[in-house]
Amino acid sequence: MSDTTTLIRENAFVKLLNILADMVSRPSGLVGLSLVGFHIVLAIVSPAIVPYDYRVMDSLAILSGPSAEHWLGTDNLGRDILTRTMLGGQQALLVTSIGTVIAIAWGGMLGVMLGLIGGWLENLVMRLVDAFLAIPWILFLLLIVSVVGLGNAVLIPTLAFFYGIPVVRMSRAATHDVVALDYITAARARGESRITIVIKELLPNVLDVLLVEAAMRWSWMLLAFSSLSFLGFGVTPPTADWGLMIAGARSFMSFAPWAVLAPVVALSSLIIGINLSADALAKALGIDRAQKAPL
Amino acid sequence: MIKLFLQRIVLGLLTLVFVSGIVFVAVEALPGDACTAYLGRMAKGTRLENCRRDFGIERPALTRYAEWTLGTLQGDFGMSLSRDKPISDIIGTRLRNTLILGLSATLIGVPLAIFLGIIAGLWRDRPLDLWISTIAIFAMTIPEFVSSTLLILVFSVWLGWLPGIVTTPPNAPLTEFLSDIILPIIALALVMTAHILRMVRTSVIDVMGSDYVQMARLKGVPYWRMVFRHVLPNALLPTINLVALTIAWLLGGVVVIEVVFNYPGLGRLTIDAISDRDLALVQAIALVLAAVYIGLNLFADLLTLIVNPRLRTMRH
Repeated sequence: MSDTTTLIRENAFVKLLNILADMVSRPSGLVGLSLVGFHIVLAIVSPAIVPYDYRVMDSLAILSGPSAEHWLGTDNLGRDILTRTMLGGQQALLVTSIGTVIAIAWGGMLGVMLGLIGGWLENLVMRLVDAFLAIPWILFLLLIVSVVGLGNAVLIPTLAFFYGIPVVRMSRAATHDVVALDYITAARARGESRITIVIKELLPNVLDVLLVEAAMRWSWMLLAFSSLSFLGFGVTPPTADWGLMIAGARSFMSFAPWAVLAPVVALSSLIIGINLSADALAKALGIDRAQKAPL
Repeated sequence: MIKLFLQRIVLGLLTLVFVSGIVFVAVEALPGDACTAYLGRMAKGTRLENCRRDFGIERPALTRYAEWTLGTLQGDFGMSLSRDKPISDIIGTRLRNTLILGLSATLIGVPLAIFLGIIAGLWRDRPLDLWISTIAIFAMTIPEFVSSTLLILVFSVWLGWLPGIVTTPPNAPLTEFLSDIILPIIALALVMTAHILRMVRTSVIDVMGSDYVQMARLKGVPYWRMVFRHVLPNALLPTINLVALTIAWLLGGVVVIEVVFNYPGLGRLTIDAISDRDLALVQAIALVLAAVYIGLNLFADLLTLIVNPRLRTMRH
């Protein structure tokens, strides 16, 4: 028994390695994974290596350009931009990665269950999903954040909830493709419980779709998070955050463009990295529909 | 086909009713009400009671929902707490401005996206496609506030060609918006083009690999004749719905773009309403935006029904 378990684990590990190897072999995957890896490492080690304290204001060096002391210049309060840019991804990465995992978990699980159970319950929930999708996401996010308050304890569940809704649709569709196949019928005939069928038969088979979905959702969620920060409904000052930094530096753009460009480059490179990785992952798993066409 | 038409319309209306329910319940379920939100720290004692009586908040939720719905049907959204004006007056011009922004971006973005998407799809994996696809990924993924900021930096700060910030009042005649609106349109069209382009490309590639196109090829149909007769109609049809969904989804991005450019549309009004904690106004905006979204989808559904010959013959 334990032998088969380790075998399965090893298989999963080997499969993961294969997927990674496939991703790295594509130029987009290599660039994407490097960018994402760089940002994750930077977010973890930056508190130890930043040259300044991100809160310290130097009143003698307000909006000074790039120099030997401040490699990327300073902002309107005299804070070091290199330091703040290095730290600016921490909150975004933390909130969106936890949020994505929760979103995929609940959305994926619900979608698979609905796909298996079907019937009026499925119809009802799908109508609900459609209705929720008809409300602009940003409006709901803003409403909740402004009434309940700011902070990660509000942002993570809110983002996880809204970004899980489209996942329900995706995973239900993926389940429908699988649920009519012989091995599910066989499992049903063996008298397996629904929970067992979901965990042992369905989830492993929709996992690929969910993985790609997770990568895509992560980039959308990051976009939403930084947009909220930019609008003043995300991270609170003086925390270093790219969205907040861009919002603050925008007014001084005409004479201090470096203050806006540093966080712009950092944020864009992370989001592009995630998207390139997502594309490469989809191709590695053979989900990209374009891959099927022979031409 | 008439039956399908009616079905779609009824379904759209039902969704709208449902959305109004969700919006109402969401505002109800959140802690506090319009008065505590509006008064903030002063929400105590007689002041709170007076406010609640003035706006009838102490009555049962169901009664208020019925009243709100009835009023909304007659175009009366109630009064805005923070502005002391009927909400319909405030929303009217803002909606006009946002629709103009959205419509112009669509008119530029959609044809461009279809054109580039077809090119990228037909010449798949060639240098031209790689260029188009890579640029599309960039345009699609960079947040709207970043691309807008960069546009302002380049075109108004460095080159000085266009105004970076809109100073025209919301109710000014359209002609005064002409130079203000160009950068917001570009910012919106950029994201839209990128999203739709990728869909069109995938669709074209799918159809190029289908059996009937292979058949046409084997039959010796000239390439361009095959493209125009067989590939394009079949590739573009399924994208109509996706295009509508994308445009509707981008309504969220409009909010950000309007804030960046200080454009007096519905999006900036949303942010203002939320900052002022004017829940009645927020409810009304949510409903209007949802109606636009549902209307777009309905329009796309109907267009698909009209254009698609397979559905057209269903009346026989």
